Amino acid sequence: MMRPYRPKDNVQKKSYYTDRFWVAPKIPKIDVKEDEVFASDTKKIKEKFDIKDAYIQRGQLVVEIDPKINKDLLFFLRDELEYDMLMELSAIDYLAQSGEFEIFYQLLSMSKRKRVRVKCRIKENEAIESVNSVFRSADWSEREMYDMFGIVVNNHPYLKRLLMPDDWVGYPLRKTYPLQGDEAAQWYEIDKIFGKEYREVVGPEMRDPAYINENDTNNFARYKHEVPKGAPADSEPIEIDSFNEDAPLVETFDLKKSKFVNRDR
Amino acid sequence: MQQRNRLEPFFENLSFDREDNRMVINFGPQHPSAHGQLRLILELDGEKIVKAVPDIGYLHRGMEKMAENMIYNEFLPTTDRMDYIAATSNNYAFAFAVEKLLGIENEVPRRAKVIRTILLELNRIISHLFWLATHALDVGAMSVFLYCFREREYALDLIEDYCGARLTHSSVRIGGVPLDLPEGWLEKLSVYLNNLPRQIELYEGLLDENRIWRMRLENVGVIPPEMAKSWGCSGIMLRGSGIEWDIRKEEPYELYDELDFDIPVSTTCDSYGRYKLYMEEMRQSIRIIRQLIPMYKDTKPQLMARVPQYISAPKEDIMTQNYSLMQHFVLVTQGMRPPVGEVYVPTESPKGELGFFIRSEGEPYPYRLKVRAPSFWHTSILQDLLPGHYLADVVTIIGSTNIVFGEIDR
Repeated sequence: MMRPYRPKDNVQKKSYYTDRFWVAPKIPKIDVKEDEVFASDTKKIKEKFDIKDAYIQRGQLVVEIDPKINKDLLFFLRDELEYDMLMELSAIDYLAQSGEFEIFYQLLSMSKRKRVRVKCRIKENEAIESVNSVFRSADWSEREMYDMFGIVVNNHPYLKRLLMPDDWVGYPLRKTYPLQGDEAAQWYEIDKIFGKEYREVVGPEMRDPAYINENDTNNFARYKHEVPKGAPADSEPIEIDSFNEDAPLVETFDLKKSKFVNRDR
Repeated sequence: MQQRNRLEPFFENLSFDREDNRMVINFGPQHPSAHGQLRLILELDGEKIVKAVPDIGYLHRGMEKMAENMIYNEFLPTTDRMDYIAATSNNYAFAFAVEKLLGIENEVPRRAKVIRTILLELNRIISHLFWLATHALDVGAMSVFLYCFREREYALDLIEDYCGARLTHSSVRIGGVPLDLPEGWLEKLSVYLNNLPRQIELYEGLLDENRIWRMRLENVGVIPPEMAKSWGCSGIMLRGSGIEWDIRKEEPYELYDELDFDIPVSTTCDSYGRYKLYMEEMRQSIRIIRQLIPMYKDTKPQLMARVPQYISAPKEDIMTQNYSLMQHFVLVTQGMRPPVGEVYVPTESPKGELGFFIRSEGEPYPYRLKVRAPSFWHTSILQDLLPGHYLADVVTIIGSTNIVFGEIDR
């Protein structure tokens, strides 16, 4: 029998069951005219820029634009409309659906107490202009975006991986990125530091933190070989009833005395 | 024979053999005052810093990736591990973001809101005490460290009595809180709150006029307001630069619009001003909790929102009613399916603006979850802030940014 073909463009976890007739509800997109501040801001933006869409979602203005005008629009928002802080910047992977990344800039105006999200979409092999000259805080966020999605940022002062090692292959937050490491990832540190021949010496990584090797009395406490306190190590082991939860851990421990001492001076 | 280390050193375009008198030193990632795993590559001219390159990622656990492969309730305990000094504020920020995504933030019962707000402010006190302890220790005041930790232990005891955990609380759920306050808890809390102001006075008595403390903090790490805005600073880093902005006041959530408290602001822009703000914020937190204690008595015992589509029914209903059990089964095995759309929800955590951006495609798993951790932005400012300072001030500046690596690397 042939193995069923599974597309690799989105290897993330998926719901194992979905009702055939279930249609996901949508968060309503409210017209910008509902909010005075957003209405006037959108009007000013529309006078100067060609925007694709503008609506209010959950109390925040969302402006969809062409990626080419991202820097100019952020300059305009900062200088003319008082959205003077960049609070968040990142991307969403839509490669599986349309071969695009969606990049969002989350802005805050402290004088108006309003938040705006500017969104734009770029193709996989396209690059986006850096907004580092508008907001210095974009420096690390753009690096993180490059690190996690592989989106190249033009005119960035120091575009280098931020969270992952410099020689890392692949972009972790893409939907195509595998959820489990392959053999090379498993032995990454060993190969790098000691060399491939050391794999046998070190052995596979033990990921169970509760694992105790009962026969190993050198590296771990003498589990199941405990002797009474003060007795020599080779004397007769004692039975410890570890499942008796009522047995006091420390003989002299008094719950009432140990907590909430009245420290009024 | 020892094996030669084959790790190729990567020196960030900095060369070590130079003609000039500059020296490149590596600060961290295992430095005791690096507050976790911060690596700083400093270029020194004498003792003066001319270039600083912060390097992060040593604690990267891929939380955003984990979130994309977990149902919403499953991810909540993971948020504990971000800012582990004040775990409840992360839990709350996430739960609140999901509530906003679902549109059920007004369904949360009032008792749950009171408990959440108390926990949030208690966490703020815990976090600020921890900050003062470690910061004072870094600068050289050992006894303050011990006093602060003593007081923090009592606050952790309170948290432990409520939810059973001291560090990773998970004490907030999407749609409310899991537990009611235990008997006598509010009395213990008020005893604690009565003790705390004297302790804060003690810290201030030790530090305020202390010559060493002032010399090491005053005019060190000056962040002008423009710089703070441009670098996306938030919380005390922003208020320390003279900008009055607190999300609890400006975009109130939970019960903060009913509470009476002040937002302290410092115009000195330096580390000492920020230290004074931390002290004042603790006093304001005490004031907030004192107002919340009488509020608790007027609330009904309901703890979780009644939204059967998204939130499981109370245990009693699950045990007695067939339909509640079925819904509970679906919510546990498949998870809730929020509507298609996206939200960005900011909250004021002890460190600054902690925001969650969630994109939902109507699936039980978030399509994209981005954590806006305040420490991440406060670390990136170091590359602009450190040049011009002396090497000894690095410790003070890192301390006063109050960064925690759990939430920087995520």
